[in-house]
Formats: sequence, C-alpha cells, structure tokens
Amino acid sequence: MSCEPRRGRGCLAQSEEMKGMTHILNEKAGSVTTAEPTIEKETRSEEDLDLPWQVVVHNDPVNLMSYVTMVFQRVFGYPREKAERHMLEVHHKGRSVLWSGMRERAELHVQQLHGYLLLATLEKAG
Amino acid sequence: MEICRRNDQIEISELDPFLAELFRQIPTSANPEGVPAAEKRLFTPPINGKEAEICAEWKIYVEPELRRLFQTATQTVAADLEQLNGSERILANRTLRIPCKHADAWLSALNQARLVIAAKNDFTERELGDHFRSPTGSRRDLSLFQVNFYGFLQEFILRELGS
Repeated sequence: MSCEPRRGRGCLAQSEEMKGMTHILNEKAGSVTTAEPTIEKETRSEEDLDLPWQVVVHNDPVNLMSYVTMVFQRVFGYPREKAERHMLEVHHKGRSVLWSGMRERAELHVQQLHGYLLLATLEKAG
Repeated sequence: MEICRRNDQIEISELDPFLAELFRQIPTSANPEGVPAAEKRLFTPPINGKEAEICAEWKIYVEPELRRLFQTATQTVAADLEQLNGSERILANRTLRIPCKHADAWLSALNQARLVIAAKNDFTERELGDHFRSPTGSRRDLSLFQVNFYGFLQEFILRELGS
C-alpha cells in the first residue's frame, strides 16, 4: 500500500534545500562558484512538524485476540509477548498506544492496521 | 467436518452441504455494499476529532487502496471455493483444499465477512462472546453461527501459520 501522493509536501521541502546547495561549474574559467543560496520556503505547517503522533488501536469485539496479536507482530515487528501485552491492553482497557513518532510513519502504520481491519487512529501525543 | 494441514495445503474434508454453503457465502458476506454500518466499519476514519483535511486525504488516497486490497482477498477466496461447485451429487460431502500461500487472503476475507455480518446485525459484545449458542432457526441466530464458524476457521489458519 502506497501513500506517495500525500508525501508531496515533504519532497518539496527537500528540493528547496537542495537548491540552496547547488554548485555551478564555470567550465571556461575553470572555477567553481556557489549560487546564491535560496531561502527555504516553509512548506509544512507547524502542526505537521509537531512530535510525536501516536498510533492507537481500539477495542473491537469481532476481531479475534490471536488475529490482533499476529497483526501487531507483523506491522510493528514486536515479539509475541509484547504484541500479546498490547492486545490484552486493548481488550481490557479499550485502547492501547502501539507506536509514537513522526506523523507520516504513524499514518502508514494506521493504514497498515486498517488493511488488517483493525480499529486504529492517529492521535497527537499529550 | 475434518480440518488438517497436508504439506502446503489446508484440507477441509467431510464438508456437509450446510457447511459447504457457509463456505460459499464468504465472498458475498464480505461485501459491505448497501450496508452503511458495514461500510462505516470497514472504512473507518484515521483520526478522531476535527482533522477534516486528514480525513479528506484518506478518502481520496487510502480508501481506494483498501477497497482493492479487500477485493483481491475475496477474489482469491472465491477462486479457491470453485472446488465446491463440482458436479458431484448435491448432497454429497465435499473437500476443500486451501493453498497455504492463500492463508492471508482467507484471513482477510473471513475477517471482512465477520465484520460485515456483525455490523449488519448489530450484534452486541455479549452475543458475540456467547460461543455455545447454536442456531435455533432465526436468521439472526444463523448469522451469529456464521460469525463464530468463520472465527473458528480463522483460528485454525492462524494456528497453522504460527506452527
């Protein structure tokens, strides 16, 4: 599952940084000059840069406990014991924070969890 | 019904006509079309609250991919189920062989079907947890049996994947 189209803003920010570092080779003069640095434009809102975002899984009476454990192992690479601990937290407390970090990665994890039909949401930490 | 692992296949034999029909119903049961509650459950928003922009992007970019993913799984299962449409006598017991490489597709299709049936019938947590209730004749009881039967199949496949 790809979410490339939604990553446009991040890529734009990166290309602006690259422009500022461009070197121009003046072949005739045999010298290297540095172009005027480009002022990087702010392409992401402050909200996007906030850290961290949390991936939360919510209780669902239909999904089997063994299935949920397997999904946590696959999506997050957790060992069985840790995956089971989170599964039981979801079961008993209604929710569990599975992961926290950058928004794009958190979105990807939520997308993967939805692909396995789990009830998962993104939340800003704090 | 007997279920066992044979090399790289899961073999389900002695399938009587009733259980064979429950198997045949998996792809149809997994389809949420026309059931708003099921659509809502299968395609949930990625965020609680007022993040309208994230939800709008999700609908445009992620939801179609999820639909394709779910559809591919049910198509794989439907193809495997063609084995049950042989020309044997109608009331004869059948055997179904599921290649282990299709296990993920089966887990997904069974889960879709369970979620759609549960959403359609608005089963309570108590009803879903009552594994000893057997069908008594109503459509609702039969649907609950279907959810539990598909859950049993999921458990078996998961056990085989883990072993």
